[in-house]
Parts: sequence; structure tokens; C-alpha cells
Amino acid sequence: MSRKVPTEAMTALAAKIAEKFSFAVTGTSFAQDELVIHAKAPEIAMLLSALRDDVETALTQLIDVTAVDWPTKADRFEVVYQLLSLRYNVRVRVKITTDEDTPVPSVVKVFSSALWMEREVWDMYGITFEGNPDLRRILTDYGFEGHPLRKDFPLTGFVELRYDEAQARVVYEPVKLTQDFRMFDNMSPWEAMTTVQLPGDEKATKQKTGTVDYRAIARAREGGAQ
Amino acid sequence: MTAAAKKEIVTLDDMTGQIRAVSDDTNIKPYTINFGPQHPAAHGVLRLILEMNGEVVERADPHIGLLHRGTEKLIEYKTYLQALPYFDRLDYVSPMNQEHCFALAVEKLLGITPPPRAQYIRVLFMELTRILNHILNITTYALDVGAITPALWGFEEREKGMEFYDRVCGARLHANYIRPGGVNMDMPKGLAEDMWAWCESFGKVIDDLEGLLTENRVFKQRTVGIGVVSKEQALDWGFTGPMLRASGVAWDLRKSQPYDVYEKMDFDIPVGKTGDCYARYVVRMEEMRQSLKIMRQCLKDMPGGPVKVDDYKVVPPPREEMKRSMEALIHHFKLFTEGYHVPAGETYTAVEAPKGEFGVYLVADGTNRPYKCHIRAPGFAHLAGLDFMSRGHMLADTVSIIGSMDIVFGEIDR
Repeated sequence: MSRKVPTEAMTALAAKIAEKFSFAVTGTSFAQDELVIHAKAPEIAMLLSALRDDVETALTQLIDVTAVDWPTKADRFEVVYQLLSLRYNVRVRVKITTDEDTPVPSVVKVFSSALWMEREVWDMYGITFEGNPDLRRILTDYGFEGHPLRKDFPLTGFVELRYDEAQARVVYEPVKLTQDFRMFDNMSPWEAMTTVQLPGDEKATKQKTGTVDYRAIARAREGGAQ
Repeated sequence: MTAAAKKEIVTLDDMTGQIRAVSDDTNIKPYTINFGPQHPAAHGVLRLILEMNGEVVERADPHIGLLHRGTEKLIEYKTYLQALPYFDRLDYVSPMNQEHCFALAVEKLLGITPPPRAQYIRVLFMELTRILNHILNITTYALDVGAITPALWGFEEREKGMEFYDRVCGARLHANYIRPGGVNMDMPKGLAEDMWAWCESFGKVIDDLEGLLTENRVFKQRTVGIGVVSKEQALDWGFTGPMLRASGVAWDLRKSQPYDVYEKMDFDIPVGKTGDCYARYVVRMEEMRQSLKIMRQCLKDMPGGPVKVDDYKVVPPPREEMKRSMEALIHHFKLFTEGYHVPAGETYTAVEAPKGEFGVYLVADGTNRPYKCHIRAPGFAHLAGLDFMSRGHMLADTVSIIGSMDIVFGEIDR
């Protein structure tokens, strides 16, 4: 297992950003070698425009906006902005949190690309973006209800549609499943757990995990039998 | 507020079939037309609501999502290996590039690196896919603006390229070939030689296509100076790939953030100057030549050895061993039922797909399924720019702009 580590330049950049934009930044962290900036939600538009215009960061492209749903947390949604600096060849991820009711300031005025990306997040998660001039649904059907990527939205959805011969049009009906929705959870409790260390497993972690030389085992076994 | 609600829609007079003049002082008034979703020039299921002033577009409002299949939701319910085939079905014109992106993201979270031969095979097929994608785009684009011959010539070559796909993975389009930890299986005997022979002959096809289009009067009239995107606009709207390079930004992830063996490859990045539809065409043409160059280097330098990592917790053991070894059988069974567990963590991994930056934002929670998998499709950002690009152009130029964007709805609607 070779995990990537942040370069010195990235650690320096993280410190610089945390210090310079302390009005909005609550902390920085690294996901392997990727820099993550945690920010205050109300300041997000200010922060992104500062990161874009500052000569030391020059994060001139907003590549992506998305969200992650953590239903157990108080602030349920994490809104994630992926920024890219072409000048320094650096990617930075900015994260803010929000709940179902609190709107997030839109960054459309800073990056035009946010226009559709925020529409998508609204459609998929129901996070409202204050100041987005065109917050319509984008991917789902006209008249769709609910926000499909929320964890409490079922995979099957709520409505299905079919063409009705008699009415000569497409009709919407509640989902009827011919068999119950089944979710095969094949997770085994004793193997391949990556977060929990079971008692007695300390020795196993010292070996190189995973690689088994079956041929050597078979050879040894055959040799032993003779 | 939709466009239709703001402005009255022009109606045909039931009796005469004439356009009813609504305003007293003029016969021409702004009106809204519906373009698509079933229209050959819409490149899929694009529905455009165009506010027109006579023949001039005042506002374009793309309605997308007609091909939305909920890929991201489905992936949350699948193991990592089961999620892979969904990536073929996003941009179905360049399937392997997207598999590659997902494989790289999973590999990063797992902390594994595929063996060199697998990396070479990947890059070889990435560039083949890029050529196939650009052939499709350029020829159908030419079809949109009035040239039929490029499509006839180009699709024959595309079919040859898809035969290579077929031989390496058994499918012409939905490859499911690039797996986390390497590729599914080694290239069959004779494929490398045949690909080399194709590389030798394909340059001539590019020359022929160029002969048909590059200096073609009609083609240039339809593309030069149409849909001009400045450098600032391209950055502001999140454009990537040929759309960005045609506007004069020298940026390619294969050079700037190389993955697999791209750093060993010798190739150039074509950059356009004008940022119009024609520049985008020229950039794609040159990219095909550079891709050929990379393919030749891959075929020449490809080392021998395994094509998967040597870790049977991630890749299945060879079938031969499964017949003899109980452990191998168990590993195989566990991999295809439970799947492997990916350590908790997150990553945004991007590759230079033929259409631009294709990225996967993957959040793992330590189980055998992704907690969240967001797909960043290049076409999504490009299509968002259609409004500002087509304003003030004629309706026919909008078709030209859509063609030059290289949009495929599989990836935009997801």
C-alpha cells in the first residue's frame, strides 16, 4: 500500500491559504496528496473570488461543484468545489457544509461555470443557492419531485411511466415492483476490514497483505506428502 | 421562468397556414422555437429552446437530462468492480478513457500501481479511443455543415479501430477492459502487429479528411469566425480539452499532470489561435496525428510482463490456479460477490478524455461500495456555454457550434 503524501509546495500553499484567507477558511487538510480547504459557507463566493484573483493561488478554473450527503451529521450536506490553477498546475478542493434549509451563496458571479453545476446540485440534493439566477431542475424530468442523490431517496424512485394505449399518452404511476427490492450485502465481518483492527491481527499487518504465492504453497504441500 | 412564458409563441394561422403577425408595425417578431430532442444535428437528445429574432438567436436554453439514467446513484449501490461498466455508458464514444479515470481513482485509494505493461496497454488504447472519438466528431460535424463524404470515409476507419477493441476485450463499444489494478487480460497474439500496420496506414486517412475539409470553401464559411470563445471566457466557463486549447490555452492533463506512462511519451499539444469552430476542428485534426505518434511509441516500447497487480485481494487469480488452489478459488469467489474493500478516503482524479477533463470524485467509506461517486463530464460545462456562444449567431450557426463542441449525451446526462 503506497499512499501518496503532499509535496512541500502543497503544504506551504495550504499554510499560506489558511493565513491569507483566514476570514473564510476554517482549516486545511490533505486527502493523500490533494489539498482540501474547509471554509465558512457564507463567505464562499468571497473566498473563491479571492483564490481566483490572488497571484499566489491563481485558481482560475472552477472545474466542478458537487455535494456529499451525510444524513447523520447536523450539517447534512458537504458542498465540494474543485478548483484548478493553470499557472501553478495545482488542484484545490474547497468544502463547505450546510443543512437542508440553509441556502448557500451562489458563486455564479465569480465563475460562470457554476451556473449549471449549482443547478445540478440543487436538482440532485436540494441545496438552494442564493443568487443563482436560473435555479431550475436540470437532469431530472419536468415536474419531478424529490432529490435523487440524497441517501434517503430510494434507488427505485417513486414514480414510473409507461405509454398507455387507451389514453394515447405517457402516464405516470407510483412504482410497482414485481419483486421486492433486494440489496445483497455481501460484506463479511472478518476479512478485508480496513478501518477496524481485530484483536490478534497485529501480526498479520506486518506481512505484505494480499499477495499469496499459491504455487509455493502447493509445492510445499506436495513435497510434504511425498 | 421559462422562455416560453415570457414571450408569446408564434402560431400558424389555422386557416391559411401563414405566420400570424402579432405586432401591428412589423411582420417579424421575436419568437421561440423548439429544437430537438429528436433532431440529427442535436447529436443525441438535446432539446434547445431558442429565442429568435428573425433568423438570429437571442437566447439558447438547452434542456438536458433526457438521457439521465441515475448512474451516480446506481454506482452507490454497486461494488467497485460492478461500477466500472457504467463508465463505458457515459460517453459511449470514448468508453475506455472513462474506465481509466475510475480505475485510477480506485487505485489511488487502494494505493496500488499497475505493472508497466498494463500502463502501456492503457495509454495505447487511450490514444486509439481519442482517434476514434475525433473521427466521429469531425465527420458528423462535417455532416452537420453539409459534407457527407468524410462520414463515409471516416466511419470505415472507425470500424477498424473498433475491431481492435473487439479483439482485446470482446466488445466493440462497452469494453469493461481497464480494471483497477491493470487491465482485464493481455493483448491477444498478433494484435500489436495489426495495430502497428493500422497506425502506418491511418496517417493517409487523416490527410484525405484534411483534403476534404481543411481548405474547403463551404466548410470554412460555416465555421470560421463562428462561436468564438476568448481565453477568459473559456476559463470562466470551465472549458477543457480541445475547447480550451482552441482558444489559445496550452493545457493538457497528459502533459501537465501525467498519469500512467504519459510522461515517457513524446508528443505535442496543438493549440488554436482563434477560438472559433474552425480552430476546434483543426486542433482535433492535429490531436489525431499526435495520438498516432503516441500509439507508435507505445507499440514500440511496450515491455513484457504481467498486466495486473500481483494482489489477489484486488484482481482475480488466473483461472488455471483456481482449478488447483482452494485459496485462489476463495479469492475469486469473494472478489465477485463481496468485492474488495477500499480504505476510507476521497479523491478527485481527472484524465484528459478526448472531450476534455473527465474527472471522478470518489468518496470511500471503507466498505466494498463507493459512498459517493460524482462524475465530472467535460461536455456538461461545454454545453452550459452554448448560450453565450450562440447569441447573435444565425440558427444554422448554432448547429455548427453544437457540432464543434463534441457533445455526447451519455456523459452530460449521466
